Amino acid sequence: MSGVEKVYGGTGLSASQVEDGSIFVEHDALDCEYTWDAGVAIGRYLQELKNGRIIGRECDECRRILVPPRMFCEICWRPNDRWVYVKDTGTVNTFSICYVNWDASRIEPGHPPHLPAVIELDGATKMIGIMHILGEVDPQAIKIGMKVKAVWKPEEERTGAITDIKYFKPY
Amino acid sequence: MGKRVAIVGIGYSTFRTTSQDVNYREMIFDAAFKCYEDAGVKHPREIDAFVATSEDFMEGVSIADEYVPDQLGAATRPVESITGDGIQGLAAALMQVQTGQLNLVAASSFSKASNVIDYYNVVSYACDPTYIRPLKEHPYFIAGLEMMKYLHGTGTTKEQCAKVAVKNKENALDNPNAAYGSLVSVEDVLNSPMRFDPLGLLDTCGDIDGAIVLLLASEEKARELNKEPIWINGIGWGTDTPNLDSRINFGAEAQYAKLAGQKAYKMAGIKSPKNEIDFAEVDDTFTYKELQHLEALDICAPGDAGKLLEQGAFSSKGTFPVNVSGGSLGMGYSHEANGTQKVMEIVLQLRGEAGKRQLDGVKTGLAFAWRGIPTATGAAVILSKDK
Repeated sequence: MSGVEKVYGGTGLSASQVEDGSIFVEHDALDCEYTWDAGVAIGRYLQELKNGRIIGRECDECRRILVPPRMFCEICWRPNDRWVYVKDTGTVNTFSICYVNWDASRIEPGHPPHLPAVIELDGATKMIGIMHILGEVDPQAIKIGMKVKAVWKPEEERTGAITDIKYFKPY
Repeated sequence: MGKRVAIVGIGYSTFRTTSQDVNYREMIFDAAFKCYEDAGVKHPREIDAFVATSEDFMEGVSIADEYVPDQLGAATRPVESITGDGIQGLAAALMQVQTGQLNLVAASSFSKASNVIDYYNVVSYACDPTYIRPLKEHPYFIAGLEMMKYLHGTGTTKEQCAKVAVKNKENALDNPNAAYGSLVSVEDVLNSPMRFDPLGLLDTCGDIDGAIVLLLASEEKARELNKEPIWINGIGWGTDTPNLDSRINFGAEAQYAKLAGQKAYKMAGIKSPKNEIDFAEVDDTFTYKELQHLEALDICAPGDAGKLLEQGAFSSKGTFPVNVSGGSLGMGYSHEANGTQKVMEIVLQLRGEAGKRQLDGVKTGLAFAWRGIPTATGAAVILSKDK
């Protein structure tokens, strides 16, 4: 380890050389379309969100109430037993204050950060939660364990998606 | 060959052209639940590891193997995914058991082809971006080119190819798991809309949704379980060059099938495939493929498959039944589960559970799958039962 770093010269490449075609590259944009069959569990879950309710499934063996619902218990390895409505209130399990957008650009100074959080819903088994976002809250005031409540879109705007809940806010 | 490994359980969902009432997780759970039940395994915690076969582009989710565990009963257990044909997944599971460290390994594969709106785009993204995609041809043109060369190189006729569709679609009528069973005539096939000359519409199989789960066991474990063990005697896979224009004897001979077959035969100690194997499920994604593959797999001499087919050799009552299940032309094409679908039929036949289409006295079967356009990859497996 001499500690001396040798610098090798070279020819720098620029984006404009790619754009003007003087450097050959292959370019194509993916164009694939999919439609995922919701099936029994997700289908009912989305229908109930449209109705302004959150539904889960209960397993009679381990007694867990699973949200989002699935039709089988992956632990007990059996079809689970019944639909159970849970409340639209819950507790923040964990959260992050995000200053970077979906496309990796930075949020402009002065604009609010994104606030994704895991919400443990009241009525579901402890440690079972749904991923959502927080709103109407000072980011610096968010704490793990904070009580929150769903803020729903107006009924006519709901489509059967998790975004039928706009966000969860402290209450 | 190392330690003996057997298929001790099989489970499958219904096979349908669409399956809107179930999510893929529910479909796979159905197959896995039936598989473990079939083997007499009460809970998947008795299973040591899980192998899933999947292709992210077909699922529309990347790193799709992260979504595998729950529906296989594999939550918090060792799981790996194989991007390839189901027989390649089976090979991975087999090797895990052969390490001697694991006694029971499950292998799953499935198709939700009906959810892929632009399947041909998915296929086209598998084509070389420099040499093929700029030509802007529908990727199935490759099958047209290959069939043209196969007919030219072997003297096989379009009528003989049409008879593959006639046979397989009729066989499918006796298979409750087949979605494309029908009585079609040679004329129907020849007169079906021409797509990529000489390849017509009825020379091409349709898609299917469905899930299949297999359970593999070490010899010791296999003897303890419910079902008669179906032994994996040999397995092999092979790939020709990805460059279409420099594949060895392109079209006239399926090099990948030859390589895969030779490896599987060697492992199984098979010297004369047509005499030592009783029946086969062989990839028939396109009609000519069944004939081309039979020749490459040394079931008959190059150029003889069409003639033997016409003589009835490959019919269910023939000397060497091929695709009694209906094959992909009769059952439907299940993408990553293509090879597993063939393995499933061999297992059912060897167990004597094939219902109306049951073959008499079969002891050894061959399953062979091709990975589809534009690949030159295939995988073969030899299965047998104790006398």
